[in-house]
Amino acid sequence: MFLLVPSLAILVTFTHYPALAALWTSLVTPGVGVSISQFETMVNDPVFGQALRNTALFALGTVPASMALALVMAVWVNRKLRGRGFLRLAYFTPAILPVVATASIWLFFFTPGYGPISRLVTTLGFADQNWLGDPSTVLPSLMVMNIWKEAGFLMIFYLAGLQSIPPELDEASGLEGGGSWYNFRRVTFPLLMPTTLFVSVISVAAALKSIDFLFIMTGGGPANASTLLLYYVYEVAFRYWDQPYASALTIVLIAILLSLTFLQLKVVDRRIHYR
Amino acid sequence: MATSSTDTPTSEPESDDQEPTTTTPGEGSGELVEIDLYYPIAVGGPLQELIDGLVTDFETENPDISVNAIYSGSYDETMVRAQTASRSGSPPAAAVLASTELYSLIHADLIAPFDGLATTDEDRDWLGSFVPAFMKNSVDGEGRTMSIPFQPSTTVQYWNKDLFAAAGLDPETPPATWDDIVTMGTQIVESGVAPNGIKVPSSAFQYALLQTFTTQNDVELQNESGDETYFDDPRAIEALEFWRGLASEHGIAPDGLVEWGTLVEDFLQGEMAVLWTTTGQMRNIADNATFELGVSVLPSNVHGGSATGGGHIYIFKDAPTEEQQAAFRLVRWLTQPERTAEWSIATGYVAAVPEAYETQAMQEYVSEFPPAGVALEQLETAVPPLTTYDWGRVSKALNDAVSAVLTGQTSAEDALTQAQAQAEALLAPYR
Repeated sequence: MFLLVPSLAILVTFTHYPALAALWTSLVTPGVGVSISQFETMVNDPVFGQALRNTALFALGTVPASMALALVMAVWVNRKLRGRGFLRLAYFTPAILPVVATASIWLFFFTPGYGPISRLVTTLGFADQNWLGDPSTVLPSLMVMNIWKEAGFLMIFYLAGLQSIPPELDEASGLEGGGSWYNFRRVTFPLLMPTTLFVSVISVAAALKSIDFLFIMTGGGPANASTLLLYYVYEVAFRYWDQPYASALTIVLIAILLSLTFLQLKVVDRRIHYR
Repeated sequence: MATSSTDTPTSEPESDDQEPTTTTPGEGSGELVEIDLYYPIAVGGPLQELIDGLVTDFETENPDISVNAIYSGSYDETMVRAQTASRSGSPPAAAVLASTELYSLIHADLIAPFDGLATTDEDRDWLGSFVPAFMKNSVDGEGRTMSIPFQPSTTVQYWNKDLFAAAGLDPETPPATWDDIVTMGTQIVESGVAPNGIKVPSSAFQYALLQTFTTQNDVELQNESGDETYFDDPRAIEALEFWRGLASEHGIAPDGLVEWGTLVEDFLQGEMAVLWTTTGQMRNIADNATFELGVSVLPSNVHGGSATGGGHIYIFKDAPTEEQQAAFRLVRWLTQPERTAEWSIATGYVAAVPEAYETQAMQEYVSEFPPAGVALEQLETAVPPLTTYDWGRVSKALNDAVSAVLTGQTSAEDALTQAQAQAEALLAPYR
């Protein structure tokens, strides 16, 4: 118990106290007292509604896709292949690049006219798009970038999970006459469930927390079409200097994160075979 | 303390009899005054070395002052840092922040008027030595000088002479009117030499680019005291309709928003024949253009017009008085004509002191690189950028309106009427 004190002190100072302070700031109006006026403002704030929708779409669009891609890549590089180490490194590269650098590169990829994506699309005979400058394409474009960035990172966890599966099980399933797809469906995937749970928790949290690329690529635009909730919190706190409202938004974000994590742990946990 | 720093600009002549607190090093307490200066970097090039060099020179000439020049990221980040430092009780003596932060800083009660720190007639003359276009958002509604232009810029027009020639246009004649933009742009696009006639950036700072069109259309978007806006003026609506029309009606500009991040590259790649962007990019474009480059003032409609932008130096009122006075001396030193010329040549920022253009260094520079002179000419018709109370929200309302129109989601009239209503609700409490 005594050994837990240092980490507890750090958690309290930098996590729990700020969260409670944010709750306090969001509820107390100087000179008025405790009120829920900030939360009433929120209900009537169209930008908040849009940020919430964008965040939900962004999470739904990126989390399952990057998890699936990560699993496929992990199974692929887990085989006995020539240049396996190189392949693993290649898949992992997006995760080790600084976000600001990747965002700048993708900004160029999405450039209409001479950008690589526009070139590809026009070569295939489709009309060119102003990817980041059009409200209907900006969020999907950012999702593509995020899937590319996240999948390699998540692959590492799946790879670790795959390597902890005893090879006898594969052999046993082979003896039973199961094909490789059967083996994957009935042996590998169920045994990977603990990894899947962990990966889903961290990737949902990442989807709700990663906003750094917005500063480089869109600034939340056009007209809020790519504003995510945390980016909106930043805007309210440090562009409008409205601390109470920013605190209220932060509380909502924390509540969403906590309840999603809770749900994942409680619901998914019941279906997991740890052995 | 601070009783001598009055809030009105009209300091009495008697104040000359007060103890001289400036220009005489060593007098006063004789102790070393240490001050912090926060500054952002928003242009390419070795700016940090330049600032460090300037600070070292200043310290050599003023041995009683020690300056910590602290690089603080972008303009936004520097603002965050200055605000949080002030609120936690240890403000910097001075900071370079966006000129548009004027009323936010006044409302937060963080900055001190320069008038109160000016003690001599020379000091007061110095306050009047800047280009008027920049001082319009240095001086507040009560006539106090709250900031000094340090790294200012304005929007000018760049054109690709090779593309003009290839399209059968006179390469030496850039668009000079709104009609020219359309006819020349149409000829560029129809002759197939470039996909676009013109690009005007719109992924950020939409308000400033809108102001180039509105000023050309003879309408101001706000009053001088920053508490009233005129976004829904018919001439403003007409200006935004013209901007949108470049893409939707005339097909000479790309549909949707034009990204700042790849803007210069677009121009260098020959994606468009005409580019409107900041003077801050002049050196960069001139150095990298593989074609004959032209730089001119922006076209006129009713008359010429542009908006200024960039960074001003502010002095923080909660810093100790001797630090404020030291900061005042630093700012005055930094903006002497020779030094302004040097700074402008090295960075590409516009020289905010007209006398700087009379220095030998600047005259040689302009004769060798004529586009540098275009900035001064453009300033004659430039207005300050949108600068109001609650600026973050007011400018956001206008930016969103412009974005919605340029992406074809709504009409200019609806968007600007709505932005005006939002601004009205935000600003009413400040009147």
